Amino acid sequence: MDSFIVITLIKAFVVFAVLMTTLAYLQWVERKVIAHIQVRPGPYRVGPHGLLQPLADVIKLLTKEDLIPPYVNKPLYLAAPFLAITMALLSISVIPFGPVIDVFGYKTSMQLADLNIGVLFVLAVSSMGVYGIALAGWSSNNKYALIGGLRSSAQMISYELPMSLAIAAPLLISNTLSLHDLVKSQEGSILNWNILHGPFPQIVSFIVFIIAAFAETNRVPFDLPEAENELVAGFHTEYSSMKFASFFMAEYANMITVSSMATLLFLGGWVAPWPAAYGSSLVPVLIFAVAGVVALYHGAHAARKRDTRTFPVFGIVFLAIAGIFLLPKVQEWLLPLFWFCAKTGSILFAFMWVRGTLPRFRYDQLMGFTWKFLFPVAMLNLLVTGLLVAWVS
Amino acid sequence: MPITPDVILFVVFALIAVVSAINVVVQTHPISSALSLVGVMGSLAILYLLLGAEFIAAAQVIVYAGAVMVLFVFVIMLLNAGTEVKKGRSFMVQLLGVPLLVALLGMTAFFVQRIYSPRETVHFGGFTGGSAQDIGHALFTAYLLPFEVTSVLILIAIIGAVVLARKELE
Repeated sequence: MDSFIVITLIKAFVVFAVLMTTLAYLQWVERKVIAHIQVRPGPYRVGPHGLLQPLADVIKLLTKEDLIPPYVNKPLYLAAPFLAITMALLSISVIPFGPVIDVFGYKTSMQLADLNIGVLFVLAVSSMGVYGIALAGWSSNNKYALIGGLRSSAQMISYELPMSLAIAAPLLISNTLSLHDLVKSQEGSILNWNILHGPFPQIVSFIVFIIAAFAETNRVPFDLPEAENELVAGFHTEYSSMKFASFFMAEYANMITVSSMATLLFLGGWVAPWPAAYGSSLVPVLIFAVAGVVALYHGAHAARKRDTRTFPVFGIVFLAIAGIFLLPKVQEWLLPLFWFCAKTGSILFAFMWVRGTLPRFRYDQLMGFTWKFLFPVAMLNLLVTGLLVAWVS
Repeated sequence: MPITPDVILFVVFALIAVVSAINVVVQTHPISSALSLVGVMGSLAILYLLLGAEFIAAAQVIVYAGAVMVLFVFVIMLLNAGTEVKKGRSFMVQLLGVPLLVALLGMTAFFVQRIYSPRETVHFGGFTGGSAQDIGHALFTAYLLPFEVTSVLILIAIIGAVVLARKELE
């Protein structure tokens, strides 16, 4: 019992630290990806290739003056960012990152809490996340913020429906609500993942889920609540300093949550695409080794003077990681983690890619799309899945 | 009753539920009232969880705190409802309010005590039929008819809402 508490505390600390670092660096990755899509270098000044930019941003935001405008509804104005960030961070506690592993003789799952209603917990927490944004918009006492908050709550209520229906379909196939068991039911190879698994491959459901996820996280092309050309900055217009930053942290934390949910529900979680017997355990070694060699090559033929120092360091780091993946004992822990991060990372990259590519929807198009198209499609998919599952069993 | 973590959590969240419920009535601004109602529903969900009804707890948060109350808050924000102006209470309310409230609470306590013997207190963790599987099984076997009838009821409500909205347009 005592060791359980200690282990859980350690796990909670590790997950929190890693999540916070990821949140900060996701911002950097997004700025870099958008920049390269738009053919410009992106953050470049602070640290090598702007790698210390997140740190600089945090210091800037922490030391900025924390304004509270007059005429705001003070208790709610202060509570809103707190609510948003709490709800966003809470759902990560049920996400499993890997299977049950053996740490120095103590068996523990790579997950903070394995609830038997894990999927519902994530849905419940994300549905509470609306309050943060809606209240921020209302309590600011600003017409732009109010319209942003209204848009956001209407949009999130509407897209929650197709999202829940899209989640229900793979659950019918896996026959469980626990996120850990959900992944267990998809073990084996890529053909057992819910996106391809019989009796009815959940490709439609996956696409509906991803579209709804974009809307739920207020991302382009559904970022109407913060459309800067009509609403200044939307619901967070009146916020400054760390309160402003917490809305962004909440948005990125939500992105991580929905991406991990998509991974767990449709893409088999930490399961490798093909069994280790056919060499799937060598994929990370290969990827990191190639990355290391490419970095070393570019270090030797550097286009810019700074790169002669930075690229070799990156190259050696990548080669070292490739080496670590070859150690048999560590491999057991790192491989599931690698596949989980690879799948979640790909979906996160898609989020950034879409942001760099698509324009914004008009508001009536946004609402019409979910009620007249997405919802019926998700419903039909659920019906067909239910019928086929019942027919097969 | 031994003091276990369950009991402490029960007391804490029961208190939050009651205080929020009183707050719903006391607050003058509709948004504050609505948010207090969210507090009531959230703490009720925790109480369900303590009793071992996980699915009901999750459904409580998703449906009531997450969907119904968000709609309430949305409508209040949309209509921009202002602070309620408190009128002076009438003579009858001032005279009879408190005695009637005391009488009501007393009668409730009396009947609860009569119906349930003191030995039949709640055992935390004693109930195990709260998982999604149990609820689903019960809904589609023992309670199939009430379940289906409820869905018809909701359908009627939706059609009624559409009819009312159409009338407004013409």
